[in-house]
Amino acid sequence: MRNWFKSGAPWIWMTGGAVSISLVAVVGLLVLIAWRGLSFFWPSTVYEFDLEELNGQRHTVIGELYDSEKVSAERVLSSGVKLPEQHDEVITRYLLKTGNREYVDLDFRWIMETQIKTKTAPQDIAVFERSTNGNFYGYVEGLLEAGEAVNATDKRAELIKRMERAIALNQQADDLQHGPIGSINYELERLRLKERGLALNGELDEAAKADFEAQRQALHDDYLVLEKELFAFRDQASRDAVIVRDMDGRQVTLPMQKVLDVHFPNDMGFFAKFGHWVHQLAKFVSSDPREANTEGGVFPAIFGTVFMVMLMAVIVTPLGVVAAIYLHEYAKKGPITKMIRIAVINLAGVPSIVYGVFGLGFFVYMVGGSLDQIFYPEALPSPTFGSPGVIWSALTLAILTLPVVIVSTEEGLSRIPSSVRQGSLALGATKAETLWRIIVPMASPAIMTGLILAVARAAGEVAPLMLVGVVKMAPTLPLDGNFPYFHLERKFMHLGFHIYDVGFQSPNVEAARPLVYATAFLLVTVIIGLNMSAISIRNRLREKFRSLDQ
Amino acid sequence: MISVAPTTANAQALDLANLTEAQTALEIKDLNLYYGSKQALFDVSMKIPKGQVTAFIGPSGCGKSTLLRCINRMNDLVDICRIEGQIDLHGTNIYDRNVDVAALRRRVGMVFQRPNPFPKSIYENVVYGLRLQGIKDRRTLDEAVERSLRGAALWDEVKDRLHDNAFGLSGGQQQRLVIARAIAIEPEVLLLDEPTSALDPISTLVIEELINELKSKYTVVIVTHNMQQAARVSDQTAFMYMGELIEYADTNTLFTTPSLKKTEDYITGRYG
Repeated sequence: MRNWFKSGAPWIWMTGGAVSISLVAVVGLLVLIAWRGLSFFWPSTVYEFDLEELNGQRHTVIGELYDSEKVSAERVLSSGVKLPEQHDEVITRYLLKTGNREYVDLDFRWIMETQIKTKTAPQDIAVFERSTNGNFYGYVEGLLEAGEAVNATDKRAELIKRMERAIALNQQADDLQHGPIGSINYELERLRLKERGLALNGELDEAAKADFEAQRQALHDDYLVLEKELFAFRDQASRDAVIVRDMDGRQVTLPMQKVLDVHFPNDMGFFAKFGHWVHQLAKFVSSDPREANTEGGVFPAIFGTVFMVMLMAVIVTPLGVVAAIYLHEYAKKGPITKMIRIAVINLAGVPSIVYGVFGLGFFVYMVGGSLDQIFYPEALPSPTFGSPGVIWSALTLAILTLPVVIVSTEEGLSRIPSSVRQGSLALGATKAETLWRIIVPMASPAIMTGLILAVARAAGEVAPLMLVGVVKMAPTLPLDGNFPYFHLERKFMHLGFHIYDVGFQSPNVEAARPLVYATAFLLVTVIIGLNMSAISIRNRLREKFRSLDQ
Repeated sequence: MISVAPTTANAQALDLANLTEAQTALEIKDLNLYYGSKQALFDVSMKIPKGQVTAFIGPSGCGKSTLLRCINRMNDLVDICRIEGQIDLHGTNIYDRNVDVAALRRRVGMVFQRPNPFPKSIYENVVYGLRLQGIKDRRTLDEAVERSLRGAALWDEVKDRLHDNAFGLSGGQQQRLVIARAIAIEPEVLLLDEPTSALDPISTLVIEELINELKSKYTVVIVTHNMQQAARVSDQTAFMYMGELIEYADTNTLFTTPSLKKTEDYITGRYG
């Protein structure tokens, strides 16, 4: 035993054990969120339950099995649920997602194992994904075209054909609304601000007024044409409807306009399910959220996260590099430099919410407020830059990550052999020329390392953003087709905040839970993606400047 | 005793104490150098003739490299270094207040102990100094590259891979590349600080032959602690000890009939 200790083997076991525990923790985390998040999009079987109440009343429930748990009978009884005379100590209960939100009180309900008489999975249960009120479960009974019943031999094919037509029309209408009509609204607002600006300066004469009126009239005429087109699309889209029989036997007419997708989960093979899964996943990544973020996709949040992080990188890199160059190359080595360096390193330890408070007070209210006073007086009292926005978020996070970039850049600078500097100086280069032609390029892998760390930190940061620019629902992206294309004053959505919002602020907790996992998984994916691209750039740079190890 | 190659021996040895102005490349006058409170050079005075190879020899720490680095003011980079006295390069004091150090270093090139190519292509390494001077013309640069690489006896080895990274070259090739880089800007004086101490014997030989050719165009000052090398390549040799210039004479004289006991002890290997 003594010898075993002396041989050092326990030390190896201990260190190896620590590594494996960390690995298991990381892999476990990734697998958990990936599994919980991604399995949400898999079309699960929809069951039809025949339930019998204690008084002998029978009814049918259709829904997806969402969760099940074992509870003691005592707990069930004390919560006021009645059980038959004969029951086990432990009872299983199931959570069903029954959908049909406008017809039942809750679209999730618990049922007791003891209630279930029969459980079947009929082939022709249809699941409708709708733009409002969530899913609808039921049997397709018939189709309506402008109120008239449609005779079709293959009801499903006909349904899907008509649904696709409605979706295409809706898409055209949306494109029209967000494209040309959005542009007209944007132009009208700009005109209004221009006119108000002239009025404030006292330069608004009759001719200008008339000119504005004419421009406005022209835009308005354009708008009327587009509006007509829009209504035509909407009209056509609302032509069809589908009649569905729900679990209570009601015949419900669903307007086709509201149907986003229909599938028959009990009648799908593995590949059909897989296709559906991929399709749903793609929709999650590429579409806008609906229903207070509990349904639909997260595209604006992905876009907002990536956009803000890139903006931050663009701000923090030059600033951090230049600061590091001053500290390392020009500043006299003395107690003051040393103190500044310590202060910079300590800045990295300040809690992020403090940066948020600073960003709100300094950037948003002071800088933004002043910008509004100077450049956008015509829009006041409504703020332009004087309210939280993506630029202020990027700046706040840039300050937050600045120490990381400074520290790793300085490290990179100090690793460059002095012989290379002297070689350059001996050829008649000044210090600045040596820096920009030789030193900074050679330090670029270290700068990239700093940037990688900064991006990793910034992309996961939520707390400060809640003060300086992130919102639950942003109507527009910070990048669009209207001049000047980059709208840095706009608020934006962020995956991290989206997780918080869906998980904790959602009216529909059960519906939101899988989305929390899916969004968390997506956030991790986005951060890994950003890091991977930065790392590949760094490796390319390292290859180029691999002199350092000679 | 070290044999002196007859080719390097000067037929009529110059009178080093009384060189005419036209013969002098560098004149060092009463140079004192201090690192903080420690004095490293004591009253060094000497004249270095134009178009010849002058070697500084002496034991480690004797100040020969320090003296060399005074000639292109590389010691300015050391914060605690203080210099008294003057050095005239072709008649003008390089320690004058109005001297542009970068311009001076263009006139006085330097090659260091270890090869220090930049992490760029061979081509870009050679034209680095020219680009600094703002020369952009492709043809001028191409010509300079060929001329310099030929001058450094490297052209035939690298002419097919001018745009490869300079780190792909061997140590000896890198050192010749660094020499090519230095002569690309056509300096008046070339300082070599133990240029072969990090190289193998074959590369050393190539560099030594190169030094012999270089003196036709440049004044060469070389620091070495290899006495055979000094004897082989130089026309004049200065022996330094403890920061002082002990003896300075043409190489032939210094190695065959040194006038001072200290010099004799050193070149016969009694210390150092």
